[in-house]
Amino acid sequence: MDFLSILQIFDSGTRLATPLLFACLAGLFSERAGIFDIGLEAKILVSAFLAAAVATQTGSVWLGLIAGVSASVVFSGIHGLASITFRGNQLISGVALNFLASGLTVLIGQAWFGLGGRTPGLKPAERFLPLELPFAESLSGVPVFGPIYKELISGHTLLVYVGLLMVPLSWFILYRTRFGLRLRAVGENPAAVDTAGISVVKLRYSSMLIAGILCGLAGVYLSTGLGAGFGKEMSAGRGYIALAALIFAKWRPWYALGATFLFGLLEAIANRYQNIDLGGFIVPVQFMQALPYILTVIILAGFIGSAIPPRAGGQPYVKER
Amino acid sequence: MIRLEKRPSPSRLWTLTTPILAVIATMIVGGIMFWAMGKDPFETIRTIFWDPLFDETFGPYSRPQLLVKAGPLILIAIGLSLGFRAGIWNIGAEGQYIMGAIVGAGVGLAFYPTESVFLFPAMVIAGAFGGWAWAMIPGVLKVKFGTNEILVSLMLVYVAESILASMAQGLLRNPEGMGFPGSRNFARDFPAASNLEVISGTGMHWGVVAAFIAVIFGYVLLSRHMLGFQVRLTGEAPRAARFSGVKPTRLILFCLGTSGALAGMAGLFEVSGPAGQISIDFGSGYGFTAIIVAFLGRLHPVGILLAGLLMALTYIGGELAQLMLGLPAAAIQLFQGMLLFFLLAMDILSNYRIRLTKKGAV
Repeated sequence: MDFLSILQIFDSGTRLATPLLFACLAGLFSERAGIFDIGLEAKILVSAFLAAAVATQTGSVWLGLIAGVSASVVFSGIHGLASITFRGNQLISGVALNFLASGLTVLIGQAWFGLGGRTPGLKPAERFLPLELPFAESLSGVPVFGPIYKELISGHTLLVYVGLLMVPLSWFILYRTRFGLRLRAVGENPAAVDTAGISVVKLRYSSMLIAGILCGLAGVYLSTGLGAGFGKEMSAGRGYIALAALIFAKWRPWYALGATFLFGLLEAIANRYQNIDLGGFIVPVQFMQALPYILTVIILAGFIGSAIPPRAGGQPYVKER
Repeated sequence: MIRLEKRPSPSRLWTLTTPILAVIATMIVGGIMFWAMGKDPFETIRTIFWDPLFDETFGPYSRPQLLVKAGPLILIAIGLSLGFRAGIWNIGAEGQYIMGAIVGAGVGLAFYPTESVFLFPAMVIAGAFGGWAWAMIPGVLKVKFGTNEILVSLMLVYVAESILASMAQGLLRNPEGMGFPGSRNFARDFPAASNLEVISGTGMHWGVVAAFIAVIFGYVLLSRHMLGFQVRLTGEAPRAARFSGVKPTRLILFCLGTSGALAGMAGLFEVSGPAGQISIDFGSGYGFTAIIVAFLGRLHPVGILLAGLLMALTYIGGELAQLMLGLPAAAIQLFQGMLLFFLLAMDILSNYRIRLTKKGAV
């Protein structure tokens, strides 16, 4: 394997990691506030669909972005309503959202475009196109750094860079602001937060809003950046991989970047090489696809440091009377 | 101001009426949606919920299908309900279902082309074992390391799907299949290993029989047996359960193991009967739909039986609506999702009392 193909794998790994990163950070905000979110998948799916549909109808990718993110926020709101206001089971609400999203996208897609749930292919103006960073061409002659800059760092769509920016931003919000402190506290011990006179409900809803926006960006990127149009079930389990990455990252933003990048890389390798020959032993492609989940189970079991979820995760908060 | 007041124990009346209200609400909202899509709402609802059973032309074909679809759903949901009652959340039944099918089918295919009558029972046991073993992974991890069983069981679904794809293309591929993925077809080529109808023309295959037995087993266990009492006690009052000497370890392994074994059995009955073979797209989501069935049935065996039949009806009705009205197949998923949501939202009525109080009186 030569240097260039390694770079290309890393490059495609970065692209594949981006939707995971957005979704993983969405899950981070939601679970840190004590709301389990199995419905990440659903939010990615509705957002991907609406973004592509609106982009192809209006010809503007920005309107698509707004539509996609709004759809995801609406789903987030439903999840919040069910699990915060109605104090329902968060797990079941997430499962219901996933059913709802895969049904709704195909149904509306079929009624709207009549293509069996697909949207028409997006034209360049209706997509986020790769950005060429300055000096990429002129620096490409420089050994080692030149190709890295040109192949790996430059040439991604805007959302990839936004995703990378979201990591320090999330870290800052969670660990350096009052809001972040409260958000983390509400996931560990909501009663204490309530005693301090801060609204648990309001905090949890704002975490759902943030999760909705981030998940929306994941979906928008999927259908207008990575792909060119929406296809049935196009999220393909990314919400669950993001959930796995979140555990892998032990609910921390910087680790989330590492975990999603690792999983993106695995996907890139699985896409490029069907079966990998390791010294006469053939590793089937399905093993590569299953690897993120297997790694997550191993992490969860605590074989590599312990992953402890936020303590109040999954429990609705009932104010004592 | 509206205020929610927690009931000391869930209201019996509301617990029984909320599923019915949820079904009605789903029909109404579904109808509005179909109307918005330019379809006649009454005709659509009738096609989904009425025609499969009572229409003269489709009825005879659809009615047997009802049992075929309801069988696996009920079988899996009964197992899940035990865990859900005890607060053990196995949401990876889909994975256990797939693994049961793979292991059971593997045993069957290993003995091709025997005609022994013992083969099918052996496959059923192997299928149950496959599901059980797959469920033991989250079980043992939870018991030994305190790992969250929700996440592990969910992750293992995707591992199982990868194994399924690998099996269909590799180890279990039909050697006479001209290189196409997919195993030998049990129903067509291998009668000794196929899951036949017990009474022909009714759709009543061995899996449906097993589902009925599971319902009775679940009912007896929960209402007449010590273990069932412990399951209920753990779910309703974990502290009291610990004081009364319930061993959580045993209970966790029992609940996960039973639900895994039942899901695995369901997988085997499906692969050797209606599905016919191990193929890449074998996992059809029964394991996830069974979660809805368990909840709609209020985690009660009889309720699950009814809910399973209703859910099967939506599947068949959905197929019919696809055929007659050109409705996409995904509409049914939408229906099922809505149903679960309405149920979840209405559950507040059974767990809380709604009080209207004057503002400031709180």
